[in-house]
Amino acid sequence: MKRSVFIALLLASALSAFAADVPVLIQNATILTITNGTVKGSILLRNGKIAAIGDKVLAPPGAKVIDGAGKFVMPGIIDCHSHIMAEAINEGSVSVSSMVGIEDVLNPEDIAIYRALAGGVTTANILHGSANSIGGKTVVTKMRWGATAEAMKFEGAMPGIKFALGENPKRAGSSQGGFGAVPTNLRYPATRMGVEDVIREAFNDAKAYKASLAAYQAKLAKGEPAIPPARDLKLEALVEVLDGKRFVHAHCYRQDEILMLIHVADDYGFKIRTFQHVLEGYKVAKEIQAHGAGASTFSDWWAYKMEAQDAIPYNAAILVKKGVLTSLNSDDAELMRHLDKEAAKTVKYGGLTETEALSLVTINPAKQLAIDKRVGSLEVGKDADVLLYDGHPLSNFSKVEKVWIDGHQYFDRDEDEAGRPKKAIEKKALTEKAAPAGGRGGQGSTGGPNQ
Amino acid sequence: MKQKFAGILLIPLALAPLATTSLQAQDRGTYALKDARVVRVSGPVIEHGTVVVRDGLIEAVGANITPPADAWVIDCKGLTVYPGLIDSLSTWGNTNTPPAAAAAAAGGRGGGRGAVVATPVVATPTPAVSTAPPSRGPEDRPSTASWLKAADQIFPTDRAIETARNGGFTSAVTFPTGNIFAGQGSVIDLAGDRAGDMVLADAIGQYITIPSGRGGGGGRGYPGSLMGVIAYIRQIYMDAEHYKLAKSIYEKHPDGLQRPAYDRALEGVIASPRVLLPATRDVEILRMIAFAKEMKLNAILYGGHEAWRSADAIKKAGLPVLLSLKYPERVADSDPALEEPLRVLELRDKAPTAAAALEKAGVKFAFYSDGQSTPRDLMAAVKKAVDAGLTPDGAIKALTLNAAEIYGVSNRVGSIDKGKIANLVVSDGDIFGVRTRVKYVFVDGGKYEPLPEEPAGGRGGRAGRSGGF
Repeated sequence: MKRSVFIALLLASALSAFAADVPVLIQNATILTITNGTVKGSILLRNGKIAAIGDKVLAPPGAKVIDGAGKFVMPGIIDCHSHIMAEAINEGSVSVSSMVGIEDVLNPEDIAIYRALAGGVTTANILHGSANSIGGKTVVTKMRWGATAEAMKFEGAMPGIKFALGENPKRAGSSQGGFGAVPTNLRYPATRMGVEDVIREAFNDAKAYKASLAAYQAKLAKGEPAIPPARDLKLEALVEVLDGKRFVHAHCYRQDEILMLIHVADDYGFKIRTFQHVLEGYKVAKEIQAHGAGASTFSDWWAYKMEAQDAIPYNAAILVKKGVLTSLNSDDAELMRHLDKEAAKTVKYGGLTETEALSLVTINPAKQLAIDKRVGSLEVGKDADVLLYDGHPLSNFSKVEKVWIDGHQYFDRDEDEAGRPKKAIEKKALTEKAAPAGGRGGQGSTGGPNQ
Repeated sequence: MKQKFAGILLIPLALAPLATTSLQAQDRGTYALKDARVVRVSGPVIEHGTVVVRDGLIEAVGANITPPADAWVIDCKGLTVYPGLIDSLSTWGNTNTPPAAAAAAAGGRGGGRGAVVATPVVATPTPAVSTAPPSRGPEDRPSTASWLKAADQIFPTDRAIETARNGGFTSAVTFPTGNIFAGQGSVIDLAGDRAGDMVLADAIGQYITIPSGRGGGGGRGYPGSLMGVIAYIRQIYMDAEHYKLAKSIYEKHPDGLQRPAYDRALEGVIASPRVLLPATRDVEILRMIAFAKEMKLNAILYGGHEAWRSADAIKKAGLPVLLSLKYPERVADSDPALEEPLRVLELRDKAPTAAAALEKAGVKFAFYSDGQSTPRDLMAAVKKAVDAGLTPDGAIKALTLNAAEIYGVSNRVGSIDKGKIANLVVSDGDIFGVRTRVKYVFVDGGKYEPLPEEPAGGRGGRAGRSGGF
């Protein structure tokens, strides 16, 4: 475990990160800007931002200078679909759980954050699970290891919500007792038809709620006595979707359900921001593109259930070539650590250029999350979310050496390795001190009389 | 000394043997505790002082007090008088848990200690909850009993009351358990013939529990995950605000407006002047601080084991803390090969330092029993906190005045001051001393005296303390 030393170091440093961080100048490196080609030269990180990129950049006084000879610099990886650092994933008790939000249950001490950093991820969209047709609210985070939950949030990022289609939301309604179903207590829906119905009904309710708010305002304006409608957190989130103030990230696999959701969205006048997983997206790329949705898929992960059968490794490349804004995501704490290698697969399967491939995990997910003005490429003025690799990021043999977020270094492979013996000693001491004394069990996490 | 059994000890004959473990009580009367070391808590220690108790109240305290002529003078030379101890979050005296469950829990414990466990810390859901159809959303008010008051379900003969009193506890802030909105706590004195006599304050705050859970596929009712629970609590407080508003508008215009539906869940929330929020780990503490701020709650955090990390944040938020005296332990019978994360080991190692950290940061905190009912265990845990840096003054405050202040009853209990309720504990030394014995306990001016300790190997629920202090 890599925690205590880092917690100690970073709690102290994270607070003062922006003020105290000295400028960092990486020289003689191959800089993959993603949006403006490749630069052989230097990049300067100062005051949390990228201050300069060029053949020659002068080191400001006090700057830390890193020799990047033979090394590669690229923007931090952005994962458009993750569940790390969430202490709860699914509010699957109901088919519409838009009242709940991942932001309420972030755990900034999840070790997966640090491991994601080691794989070059600097930003992740943390989603509710796919247990129900309309899931909970999502939150975009930066991997500011050591910071508080609040400080993990990507400030100003558009909030989102999870939708889910197909097997996951309908299996809790299955009388066959599908995975997650409680046979004595089946939850509607049990079919894809039912999923569509749930979503439509939810938006009918949202429209009625919105109308009731308007009706109240009208009464007030006329000076009539009126009781305001009670705030409904569930419908509020859906009204935000209708008003274009909350992005829909829809879990899906099959082409038919993708088309279904596009029709529903068109009927109700909202947009699907991204289709997630979208393994059959290659079949309906034109329709996805026409709707203006993005696609966030896997490189080659499929066949784990019936609806994930008809998948091909060319999916991402085909979507890109059909003009769909496409990204590769992880949906998994382990896969999250090698999204760069996932991107590399699209060079082989589909013939994307190296820049197109890297775009799938950098600028494209940034655009999908509408944070591309801040992150996703190396441009002067953008956040200094920067990776230093020991080789080309698309090579299986390359590793992330250093990671900066907002110009603050959050990961250093050498420091990590050097610190391991010390942490091992610390842990051994605590383990020995806490040798099982037997006796009563500690309840651990919640403290009081609990359910 | 003339002694007789108080009404509280009128235990059915079947339990008669247990009565030998009880304190014996004296009627309310007039007492003068003379020549004692008086730890007032609210002021400096009086090395040789007198405390006069009359009709259940403290009539006088000071160095130069002449015992009234009608007082029963108790020579306290060499003894120390403290305010009665307060358990700041308790289930003592509360009959919320079905008796069957209590019996099972007691039977599951070893030795005599188990016999006095009246309410297990983990309350089982009441049958009404488990047979109801699963909740479909916040509107079904799941896991909510906010209208319940502990004061309405006090069980004066609960053995936990007596056991606690043996150890010097004279009051408890006791709560219903078993639900997210578990109900309203009441401050009770740990002695009395009738439940009503014991209640100091009937509705001092709403006790909220937050079951953890990553959630799942559904069917078990809303809320089914940690985020569902938090969202539910948020919705309830929003609904309560709206309920107040709707009722006030309706009262002005009952003609022509639809009446707001009566909602006992919201009535219970509105009737609660404080909210107890669970916050044991650092992440939970920060989460609940943020939640209390967002919802503008008059919140009290409880748990606090990892408060050594977040003491400054708690201070900044200005919230009081109830600190659990049940430190985290390795789960019994866990896999011996299980390698625990450094983080878990560290929490277990440092939990007793939380009190010192809170004291240093200037946070108001009080200790609570967290399901334990043996004063010996509680005092051993306090001792650990003192060994980890808490000042002895801070420790006694956290067991007396702080709890009273947190719940707004410090004008009545928590310190030895004229006019306050005569809740006192008299010991033959420092209350945290290993060999210290409780000599007398006064509750509401009634004198209780621990019987001599039984020889080793006797039944449980021993009177007095045998070394846990």
